[in-house]
Amino acid sequence: MKTLLIEIIQVLLFLALSPLLLGWIKCLKCLLQNRRPPSIIQPYFNLIKLIRKQTIVPCEASWIFRFTPYLMFSVSILAGIMVPLFAINLPIAYMQIGDVIVLIGLFALARFFLVLAGMDIGTAFGGMGSSREMLISSLAEPSALLVLFTLAMTASSTNLYLIIKHLIESSFVLRPSFVFAFLGLAMITLAETGRIPIDNPATHLELTMTHEAMILEYSGRYLALIEWSAQIKLMVYLVLLSNIFFPWGIATNLTLSSLSIGLLATILKLFGFGLILAITETNLAKLRLFRAPYFLSITFMLCLLAILSHVILEI
Amino acid sequence: MDSILHYQQIASTLSMLMLFAAFALLINKRILSLINSFAIQSFLLALATFGQAFILHRYAIYFSALLTLTLKVILIPWFLRRLIFKLKIPKEIPQITHPFFTLFGALALVIFCYYIIAPINLFPSIAAKNIVVVAMTIILLGMLLMIIRSNAISHVIGFMVMENGLFFAALISTQGVPMIVELGVAFDLLVAVVLFGVFFFHIRSSIDSMDVDSLNRLREDTE
Repeated sequence: MKTLLIEIIQVLLFLALSPLLLGWIKCLKCLLQNRRPPSIIQPYFNLIKLIRKQTIVPCEASWIFRFTPYLMFSVSILAGIMVPLFAINLPIAYMQIGDVIVLIGLFALARFFLVLAGMDIGTAFGGMGSSREMLISSLAEPSALLVLFTLAMTASSTNLYLIIKHLIESSFVLRPSFVFAFLGLAMITLAETGRIPIDNPATHLELTMTHEAMILEYSGRYLALIEWSAQIKLMVYLVLLSNIFFPWGIATNLTLSSLSIGLLATILKLFGFGLILAITETNLAKLRLFRAPYFLSITFMLCLLAILSHVILEI
Repeated sequence: MDSILHYQQIASTLSMLMLFAAFALLINKRILSLINSFAIQSFLLALATFGQAFILHRYAIYFSALLTLTLKVILIPWFLRRLIFKLKIPKEIPQITHPFFTLFGALALVIFCYYIIAPINLFPSIAAKNIVVVAMTIILLGMLLMIIRSNAISHVIGFMVMENGLFFAALISTQGVPMIVELGVAFDLLVAVVLFGVFFFHIRSSIDSMDVDSLNRLREDTE
């Protein structure tokens, strides 16, 4: 009963904290660029405003257009169950509900429907955004799998809870493969969540946009669901980065004190990563679209080096 | 024993970072960042050498680490940078035609070296053997850099990278070469760089470019 409660709290935290994380990143970016920042809870107001507004569906839209926001949101919730946020040793780890491969697959499913929805209306922008999204994701996804395979080979498991459990229980070892895996996963995070060197999250009407181009026709609560699930996706990737590579502080038993320490540590780590993300985004310029494969080939190289250095140096 | 184990972890991480620097050299576009990547790689090598000296308590290795630091991290990059400014060499080097294939060729070299070194059983430890694999790859990547680039400066950098890899392999597999060998190699290197500088002047004045491919078109007038 207690563990079930913790799992529900974890999913709710994913839902509740992800807009705050985005607000924090936006705030920091504004401060770094010498602009006056919006309130840190501004994303919540945006979501509430969108949910209240009327939803307009284009007359050519098929069921895919209406179905996609719900699918994306439910995928995000499922991802929130699979990724350990502040506690491991939950019974869900042993229930074989899903591992890292399923996680990547779920995000691929959501992306597949989003791309279809982008093309569904038949506008030029939607098609362009969809083709760009497929270009980027087809290069980023194999790299993500390679990173996660490196972790799985280290921990002899593909389950995220068990991977983190293995990492936290083994004594501290400096692993060269993890250096590369961390860099690779950080670059994948930038590419997959549409952050600055690949896609600019702040633009709304620009010829080079990717994510925004696909969801241009959405409005009202559909748009709210899509934006919310994009925020959750960003948080899932940052949680992966912080909990796999810096697993210290995560709660290993279910007492109240260790749970609260775990929660505090996770939030601190997430906000630290938000700071790093804001600094990187301020320092980098958006790449031209045709330079994106170059960026992603470097990512792929890093991930392949991670798996190679694991095989060469650590077995 | 514990500290040796820690050093092995640190050395293997440093070796992988050096390998990454070699990869960065392969795909770099600007000549100054090429030199910087080389300086970073040499700095990592110097760190690894310091670590080895600390573990083995050998003053000769401290000395060679210091030599690496002054020579390859500070002196040679400074010299090359000065040459570039003096000769007004263009800062951008021509992009290699297929960076992606080059990268995968380089990755194939990693695997190749792994299979070459795997059957050899003469190393002090398994970790040393694994690190020698990486050092060997760095040597081959230096060679690859010299093959794929037609720019004379890249050739010099490729040569230095090969030397870095060789030094690293010697350091790990023999636990430090004698100081006399080390001194000889270091001064050879310094002389080589000075000679390269002279060659740059000559290439520059005869073909007015740093692209050694255009040397192929030079021929004697047959009248």
